[in-house]
Amino acid sequence: MLYASPLIAVGLTMLIGTFVFTAMGYDGLHAVRDIFLTPFLEPQRWPDLGVKAAPLVMIALGLAIGFRANVWNIGAEGQYVMGAIAGTGVALATHGLTGWWILPAMALAGVIGGMAWAAIPAFLRVKLQVSEILTSLMLTYVAVQALYYLVRGPWKDPDGFNFPQTKMFSAAQTLPAMAEGSLVHLGIPVALVIALVAWLVMEKTTAGYAVKVVGLAPAAARHGGFSADKVTWASLLAGGGLAGLAGLFEAAGPFGQLTPQFPTGYGFTAIIVAFLGRLNPLGIVFGGVVLAGTYVGGEIAQTTVRLPQAATGMFQALLLFVLLATDVLVRYRIGWKARAA
Amino acid sequence: MTSAILVSILMTLVAASTPILLAALGELVVEKAGVLNLGVEGVMLTGAVAGFAVAYSTGSTGAGLVAALVAGVATAMVFAVLTLSLTANQVATGLALTIFGIGASSLIGAGFVGRTITRLGPAFPEALSGHPLLRAVLGHDIVVYLSLALVLAVSFFLNRTRPGLILRAVGENDASAHAIGYRVIAIRYAAITFGGALAGLAGAYFSLALTPMWADSLTAGRGWIALALVVFAAWRPARLLLGAYLFGAVMTAELQFKAAGVTVLPPEALAMAPYLATIAVLTMMSLGPKSGRANAPACLGKPFSAS
Repeated sequence: MLYASPLIAVGLTMLIGTFVFTAMGYDGLHAVRDIFLTPFLEPQRWPDLGVKAAPLVMIALGLAIGFRANVWNIGAEGQYVMGAIAGTGVALATHGLTGWWILPAMALAGVIGGMAWAAIPAFLRVKLQVSEILTSLMLTYVAVQALYYLVRGPWKDPDGFNFPQTKMFSAAQTLPAMAEGSLVHLGIPVALVIALVAWLVMEKTTAGYAVKVVGLAPAAARHGGFSADKVTWASLLAGGGLAGLAGLFEAAGPFGQLTPQFPTGYGFTAIIVAFLGRLNPLGIVFGGVVLAGTYVGGEIAQTTVRLPQAATGMFQALLLFVLLATDVLVRYRIGWKARAA
Repeated sequence: MTSAILVSILMTLVAASTPILLAALGELVVEKAGVLNLGVEGVMLTGAVAGFAVAYSTGSTGAGLVAALVAGVATAMVFAVLTLSLTANQVATGLALTIFGIGASSLIGAGFVGRTITRLGPAFPEALSGHPLLRAVLGHDIVVYLSLALVLAVSFFLNRTRPGLILRAVGENDASAHAIGYRVIAIRYAAITFGGALAGLAGAYFSLALTPMWADSLTAGRGWIALALVVFAAWRPARLLLGAYLFGAVMTAELQFKAAGVTVLPPEALAMAPYLATIAVLTMMSLGPKSGRANAPACLGKPFSAS
């Protein structure tokens, strides 16, 4: 039942979605087919699916570690933006240079940028017991404003016809495509490798065990000598670092520069991915592909049945609602109640 | 002349503070009953779009406010059913509610982008032409007076009435309250209904009074600031009033700086101010000599099932 409930949730979401969108005057059946099935049935959509799944999977992997330990980092979007900003800083400083080291340096900056942004809520929670839920979210708004400031001000491309955007990254600063002319970039295999590593750490090491114990039984964890503070630090830094790396990959991949349109909400959608994946690293790969499908399918449905772009977000939220409701199936067994005689 | 400027700044301050005060007051009651609803922002957005859609189609802001109230309650009920009846995780469900509110409001609002309506008018129009002092006291709209009256009402209800005591008992120790025979789940449903109504109304204040036109994610994270205010207020209605008006002052200062063309700081830095102020306030609360957190309802965020 533990692994069946995400599948049941996807099925129920398709059913409810059909009714809701039919009631709203759209071709509901067609919309649901385009959002949940078409992206997977048409092989020419798969590269796009991978490109959208990679950042979702990377961010969700980090978030899931925290959620397991009752550390609620909901500011991944801000850490994602900060990672992109830090990496872009390196890119702008090395513009015109060539060398194999440039991209790794940008990636490192991305990780550090995301970690630094997540370190603020970690510090405030560990040292001062300030809820990381509110601080991490508030910092998202701050990061987005910082991005606006940079692309409109100091980092604006002088040859960009006054558009608020940075210079395009050079070839040495862009993620290599996995095949000539393909959308598929290095970020996709990297996300898969990180998922495997995360699975190994969570399932096979004492550190992963500590995270789970702190989340499930804080008193037992204290008794067993596991430090809740260390777990809080580790999970926020892991979440921030992975979100930062995902942000840098997005900047150095599909975007190739920073623009005000950069924050696309992957940091929030990744929360749904983490839950759909049952907070399990391998499940998260599945969840990432399903949610990537809603983005790709949402775009298809925009042209086929004129569904507004916002419908994608509603489908995603609906999925999380239904998933949380079907979780009852995991915790309880449905049975017939014997009538009292 | 200067008094006229002061009055106009005061009016802006009151208007900016009112929606956060309403949303935070609703959440305070919810949290006093032991439930953490992180979906305030989502409920506000559905209230905002429902209020705007109805006000636009009927031409009546009053009907818009009622619609927002109903939409707020309906959205909050989704949260209530999931967390209370199906004992889903409150944090995850609250987040889902916010993501849902952003998506649903943007979907419903797509047809209304850029449309405008008549702004919610003052409760006593005669007062506007009078003495500046009269205007400062009586020149606000009905929701402002309602929010102030509700602060008193909630404070009285929680501290001076028997049902208020029961609600607090449910939030402090749900198992004991249940054992004495109080209906924990029913009381929490009632609290969430109240919170949803106020958050819906708060959202409609954005779309009907502050900016009488529709734009996506109109509430811009104010629902989250309301959640932080409850912590700042240490779950006390009177302090909530103080906190909401302090935040209103920060936001008014931002607007005034922008309007005056102050260029010492870039506009993005001013836009960061409310969020940074929230973090600062939360930090100061925990630095205080008597930690405000000690006042948090003991069962906050914990699911309850009677068995």
